[in-house]
Amino acid sequence: WKFLPSPQRNSGALLAGRPVNVRDALNQAMDEELERDERVFLLGEEVAQYDGAYKVSRGLWKKYGDKRIIDTPITEMGFAGIAVGAAFAGLRPICEFMTWNFSMQAIDQVINSAAKTYYMSAGAQPVPIVFRGPNGSSAGVAAQHSQCFAAWYGHCPGLKVVSPWNSEDARGLLKAAIRDDNPVVFLENELMYGVPFDLSEDVLQKDFVVPIGKAKVERRGTHITLVSHSRCVGFCLDAASVLAKEGVECEVVNLRTIRPLDVDTIEASVMKTGHLVTVEGGWPQYGVGAEICARVMEGPAFNYLDAPAVRVTGVDIPMPYAKILEDHSVPQIKDIIFSVKKVLNM
Amino acid sequence: FSWTCLFYTTHFYHTLLNKPEMQYEMETSSSNLSAVLTREQGLQYYRTMQTMRRMELKADQLYKQKIIRGFCHLYDGQEACAMGIEAGINPTDHLITAYRAHGYTFTRGVSVREIMAELTGRRGGVAKGKGGSMHMYAKHFYGGNGIVGAQVPLGAGVALACQYQGNNQVCVALYGDGAANQGQIFESFNMAALWKLPCIFICENNKFGMGTSVERSSASTDYFKRGDYIPGIKVDGMDVLCVREAIKFAADYCRAGKGPIVMELETYRYHGHSMSDPGVSYRSREEIQEVRSKSDPITMLKERMLSNNMASVEEIKEIDVDIRKVIEDAAQFAISDPEPPLDELCNHIFANDLPMEVRGTNPWVKLKSVS
Repeated sequence: WKFLPSPQRNSGALLAGRPVNVRDALNQAMDEELERDERVFLLGEEVAQYDGAYKVSRGLWKKYGDKRIIDTPITEMGFAGIAVGAAFAGLRPICEFMTWNFSMQAIDQVINSAAKTYYMSAGAQPVPIVFRGPNGSSAGVAAQHSQCFAAWYGHCPGLKVVSPWNSEDARGLLKAAIRDDNPVVFLENELMYGVPFDLSEDVLQKDFVVPIGKAKVERRGTHITLVSHSRCVGFCLDAASVLAKEGVECEVVNLRTIRPLDVDTIEASVMKTGHLVTVEGGWPQYGVGAEICARVMEGPAFNYLDAPAVRVTGVDIPMPYAKILEDHSVPQIKDIIFSVKKVLNM
Repeated sequence: FSWTCLFYTTHFYHTLLNKPEMQYEMETSSSNLSAVLTREQGLQYYRTMQTMRRMELKADQLYKQKIIRGFCHLYDGQEACAMGIEAGINPTDHLITAYRAHGYTFTRGVSVREIMAELTGRRGGVAKGKGGSMHMYAKHFYGGNGIVGAQVPLGAGVALACQYQGNNQVCVALYGDGAANQGQIFESFNMAALWKLPCIFICENNKFGMGTSVERSSASTDYFKRGDYIPGIKVDGMDVLCVREAIKFAADYCRAGKGPIVMELETYRYHGHSMSDPGVSYRSREEIQEVRSKSDPITMLKERMLSNNMASVEEIKEIDVDIRKVIEDAAQFAISDPEPPLDELCNHIFANDLPMEVRGTNPWVKLKSVS
């Protein structure tokens, strides 16, 4: 059971904390929202009787039955469209993609049927739907099962796109997403499912939500800003611990939301530290980091930069299988440390 | 008066005979059913179909004058489908179709004024000018959809919501002969049948997907059989009464929880695929003329009513004059109504949200968006 260091918590009494892993946080969030609103239901492959391919929906079918937890055939385009249609007609579906790679089969329904409809109808037809599932690289699943979709979905107006890191993020953002009257793309991470984090009592309240569109400063620092999302936030914190020993204090910003991007928090941080490194698992070209750098260039924070902003990203290749190759295809802690030192001219 | 409609069906015959088990049969049977038309209904159907016809012809005019732009897919010739369906379902039932949607937008309750103003992109349009020809919505009408076939799973989803909410409503999900080969339609058939969704899948077969005839696109042109394990009915889509009776049967079937039905409406469009298609490179003018003279849905209804003394020539003429006024008034409105204000540009991105900022075309332009 791997306990990640969680320095400088900004909220909640640690005294009341108990460890909850990301999977269970998601499970509890869905359970509570299913109980709270009878219009909420879950559909996807293996979500019911199998308890979820990654066990995220464990126990829900037993509790809520066939009507609310629906096993679908392996027909993403069809069931994503059905989910959107159900949202049109007054329900609040949670549509699970077994991994976000499979969403490509259904991406037209996510973008053209869900994201754009409220606008095209000039506000007549809201689409209160959540699409969720594991995103990005895993371990040894190779090229077709390892793509990060944050940049693709983050590109589209009409969607909210969130990418939780820890259990508090997972719980609060999923509740917020389900309660949101708009289409939300919810990007989980398979390797984070089993990782436990302490959750305080206020996080465990039934109405605890993490606001969509607000980043969180996970660690305060003065020399450089690291902006990241999902699993890479943990790597940034680890890198920050190592760098602290050399006297470099990193400020780590957990985006939490990809779209809408919390530019204010990023700018405030960069204006304080004067240096920026973005860290993501996805490919560099036209990615999340590229957007952050462009925004910083265009805004007030540019004048505070003492060095060009840089991105740490996945390597620009399809994901290989062999462990040594896979390990060198994704950002590692040493890559973050190296980039920080380069930017700080150390 | 009563009229006899000929239906081709799969499984239908067995259902009529109240056989408890649904036998899978590759053969089709044909059935004759009687339909009854009252004078009131006849006049109402006539008025509605003629309004649709004149509205589409006016849209043709406005498009040629460049007052309507972009895509414009006209429905003239197919009026009996939209009218027959609306006559066979309740206003509380649901309907979704593809882009040839102006007729359905009207039958589902949107005024000609609001439709035309949407076509001309004005603020008085049903979608405030933001949707255009293919994206008009109303209560229990989910458009107007631009992506071929995507509306079918959406319709099945609406049916799922009906079943879930136990409201005894059905959803009619329409698609064309061109869309009928889409994979997502078969995915929808599978789930609708599996979960017995109250969904009526309707293929409006007007013989051409853009410029490709059904023989050139489909290995099987028996679209009513494409549902395989789902019962299918083939109907003369130019006969408003046949359409109505078939829909009534299908709606009752779905409401009884027996699952979905697939229907094929054989129909014809006088215009090309859209306004940018003259419609004569892949079919002959003679063919179009023949359908007009022998099978026009409005003419057929009018002649039945006249020959059965259900209405007089003068009455029909009066209706025509009335409709002409409605269309003229709507067209005037559509031409004179102002375009949407620029500060509406970024609105309606998110529902029930706080106002937010949207980036303009350059970093110094910050636009406002409200729900």
